[in-house]
Amino acid sequence: MVDNGIGASVLRKEDNRFLTGKGNYTDDVNVLGQTHAYFIRSPHAHATIDRIDVSAASASEGVIAVFTGDDLEKDGIGPLICGVNVTSDDGEPHRAPLHPALAQGKVNYVGDHIAVVIAETLAQAKDAAEKVEIDYGVLPAIADTATAADNGQQQIHDVAPGNTCYNWPFGDKSAVEEAFETAHKISTLELVNNRMVTNPMEPRAALGDYNSGTEEITLHVTTQNPHVHRLVLSAFNQLAPEHKLRVVGPDVGGGFGVKIFVYAEELVVGWACRKVNRPVKWTSDRTEAFMSDAHGRDHVAFAEMAMDERGKFLAMRVNTTANLGAYLSTFSTMVPSYLYAFLLAGQYSTPLIYSEVKAVFTNTAPVDAARGAGRPEATYLLERLVDVCAEDIGLDPAEIRRRNFIPVDAFPYQTPVVQCYDSGDYPAALEKALSLADYDGFSERAKEAKSRGKRRGIGLSSYVEACGIAPSAAVGQLGAGVGLWESAQVRFNPTGNVQVFTGTHSHGQGHETTFAQLITEQLGVPLENIEVIHGDTAKTQFGMGTYGSRSLAVGGVAIAKACEKLIAKGKKIAAHALEAAEGDIEFEEGNFSVAGTDKSMNIAEVAFNAYVPHSYPEGLEPGFDENAFFDPLNFSFPAGTHVCEIEVDPETGEVEIVKYSAVDDFGKLINPMIVEGQVHGGIVHGVGQALLEGCQYDADGQLITASYMDYAMPRADNVPSFDVDYAPTNPPDNPLGVKGCGEAGAIGAPPAVINAITNALGIKHIDMPATPENVWRAAQSMG
Amino acid sequence: MYNFSFEKVKSVEEAVTAIQKAEDGKFVAGGQTMLPTMKHRLAGPSNIIDLSGVESLTEIKAHNECVTIGAMVTHRSVASSPEVLRDIPALAKLAGNIGDPAVRNRGTIGGSIANNDPAADYPAAIIGLGATVNTNKREISGDDFFTGMFETALEEDELITSISFPVANVAAYMKFENPASRYAIVGVFLVKLSDNVRVGVTGATACVHRGRRLEDALNKNFSPAAIDPVELSVEEMNSDIHASAEYRAHLVKVMTKRAVEACN
Repeated sequence: MVDNGIGASVLRKEDNRFLTGKGNYTDDVNVLGQTHAYFIRSPHAHATIDRIDVSAASASEGVIAVFTGDDLEKDGIGPLICGVNVTSDDGEPHRAPLHPALAQGKVNYVGDHIAVVIAETLAQAKDAAEKVEIDYGVLPAIADTATAADNGQQQIHDVAPGNTCYNWPFGDKSAVEEAFETAHKISTLELVNNRMVTNPMEPRAALGDYNSGTEEITLHVTTQNPHVHRLVLSAFNQLAPEHKLRVVGPDVGGGFGVKIFVYAEELVVGWACRKVNRPVKWTSDRTEAFMSDAHGRDHVAFAEMAMDERGKFLAMRVNTTANLGAYLSTFSTMVPSYLYAFLLAGQYSTPLIYSEVKAVFTNTAPVDAARGAGRPEATYLLERLVDVCAEDIGLDPAEIRRRNFIPVDAFPYQTPVVQCYDSGDYPAALEKALSLADYDGFSERAKEAKSRGKRRGIGLSSYVEACGIAPSAAVGQLGAGVGLWESAQVRFNPTGNVQVFTGTHSHGQGHETTFAQLITEQLGVPLENIEVIHGDTAKTQFGMGTYGSRSLAVGGVAIAKACEKLIAKGKKIAAHALEAAEGDIEFEEGNFSVAGTDKSMNIAEVAFNAYVPHSYPEGLEPGFDENAFFDPLNFSFPAGTHVCEIEVDPETGEVEIVKYSAVDDFGKLINPMIVEGQVHGGIVHGVGQALLEGCQYDADGQLITASYMDYAMPRADNVPSFDVDYAPTNPPDNPLGVKGCGEAGAIGAPPAVINAITNALGIKHIDMPATPENVWRAAQSMG
Repeated sequence: MYNFSFEKVKSVEEAVTAIQKAEDGKFVAGGQTMLPTMKHRLAGPSNIIDLSGVESLTEIKAHNECVTIGAMVTHRSVASSPEVLRDIPALAKLAGNIGDPAVRNRGTIGGSIANNDPAADYPAAIIGLGATVNTNKREISGDDFFTGMFETALEEDELITSISFPVANVAAYMKFENPASRYAIVGVFLVKLSDNVRVGVTGATACVHRGRRLEDALNKNFSPAAIDPVELSVEEMNSDIHASAEYRAHLVKVMTKRAVEACN
């Protein structure tokens, strides 16, 4: 057993620099001759641009250049792309309107980019921006998801009649209809999945630096996937050939999905630095972030479940309208389709599922993946519906779940919605969570709360999610424009320390520690002798980046595979040095030894021999440096049950979470402390959605929650201490036995919280966010 | 932020002279509202007159059944002041719950009431306690000081120097926080004096006001039950994405009841 290997809660290596202010974020990078970009954004949700006059701005003090969409077009800089196709029910690809990085003739949401001013200082750029004259022809706007596709609505894009991006049916409609016709009971639920602004602590930023000598552009950018950024900017936006474009995602202060995508500002800054032959920096302020970061969620849905007499689910039918905003962000189309409908089975053996998704355009910021991406929407809908079913059929919410769980012996389990779950033990997590939450003692606690004038409620959420986003063949079949494998290079230096290059990107997840622990476990190298390097296309091999809780489940396996290659090579080197047959060499805890003898050498000595091969196996390449790519067989399927207990103050409608218990199955844990941190963060994210966060546009498409004065983020005092435990199963499809954990909390928490509120008030449903006023009104109606 | 001239003054006289000379001058105390407004280019004063060097404005004095708090005293200093904790504990508690630690370390009582944000906490205390606002020119009764949304009785070149609060041991501030900003959706500062009750209500309407109907009810019967029959004008209440007028009117009564309970 090595120290600090798998299962050790070692403190995070990266925290030393983060906690002492030595992190290096994009905005911390400053280069000689740097200029500053300021984007002029649309104040209107929907308008034609009838005239732009930049002459006064161009003459303003300190201004180097003012560019509009025409300048980009002249240079052949392509529009922003959406990389995943969804085929609509007419057999045609989804409707993809042109998404210019700087508007051409029309703006479609408040915050849409129109022009950029580049000046010596940011203040000068802002001064000049006020001198840009724009005549708008204001058009009626549509911001509402539910009615965006209605007849007579204002049309946003000519290519998308009815403001519809796609209609995407999935499943056996007639079989589901038949099951509904003969069912004992049908439960229904209409709900909204509220729109969220993701709000990573560090706002987006980009710094473009062109070297006219090498003709290379270096783009520092807040990215979760530097190579994907480079690929898209190069292949689709014609910014520069891949080998002449270096993308660096240095320390990144939180992503949660928002920094996956390729945004207008990044492309414009990358292009403009060559155009003006000066470095160009842009850093989003918080208001810009609210306006122009991709938002998350925003569905309205109607769900129905058909049951038999015992509450067994026979069939489920879901009709969903998903708001994609004004344009298609990079991966937007897949979120309410593949990442949503394929999760609708949840933990249950419902044999028939039919889903229809209508994706609509509105005059709002583009909507794309946000922590969980599609899976929180599916889970919220399903876990709310299950509680409605329990009420309708007269079962305890725990019991209806027990009756419908996929049995433990049914794995691998093929759901009716594509996904094949490789492992799981849903009853185990449920029972453990009920015990942790003292579910049986709830009625006593409710009674006591009532004596204090409070209404106490308890809510369950049994979620499963599909993460570890991969495999390439599966996503390719679905229409993804990229593969979804991961890469690693494990390089020994001659003195025996190790540099690990990963294609994933850490923006808070603690990869530098977790991956180092993997190496320690595999190679026996002390943790402090390992450095994990990521985020720079000039340093690391091509990799797909970090999102969809994939870094360990996919990227970690690539690292393990590179380690296996090193061990294999090391055995050859050790066999030669120890004068033994290769087959007699054993490797354990960092030492190569000859079986049955005390002859051994440490892996550091082997590395030295590999770089100083004076006496070396004939024909063997020198060097101790291996890379590996891993394309998994399947997604990863973490699951669990969360139990939320709340108290409602019926006088004010305030909801206090008094107890929160989470039992998750993440397979094997590498660093339990980091995993628990991810669970905590995920739960808080989910509590935020359930109780506090709601992005609102008014009827004219004005964003009214554009700052923290109006957009409520969860804070420490909104949540209790969490009770976290695990009920792991071993996923046969993952060589490391691990599952993803980064999104689970955000997926599991919202229905647990809302189910607790409906339980407390004895009501069928309340939409998120369950604000005090809405809860108060619900409490009034209950009398 | 637009360009401006900056002047740090040492006395009230210097401050007044500076603002009289300025084309469009603004005093800055803690800057907790002024500076963000300027950064967003929503305000562009020609001159900023910084009061942080005026030492005479930073005192807290207890005298004659009164606590006088200098205009430049920070929220944190009010919250931790032995005099305030002893003589008006409800005021210390109010100050200790404004914003977050950074705001409390910079923000001042004078800056807060001069700004008169309709959701700010201090105005409720000024009204509830019947405080007097002292300026370089005069003494203004708290009841006359707040004249409308973000508006006060202050003249252009008038500077708040201190606020005098009558001692009140039986008082309570109940605040229903906006979940986003943590400003008051409704805040009720209730003071029980020997012969009557005063109620200052913030957050609910365009400007802080005295809850006269609540006072009348409580003067007859100082109990939470006395609040139930009180009818408040829903039309006058603020309405926004966080709380409708109806809900605010309801919360005023709930917060008042809770303040009564806290005073009993």
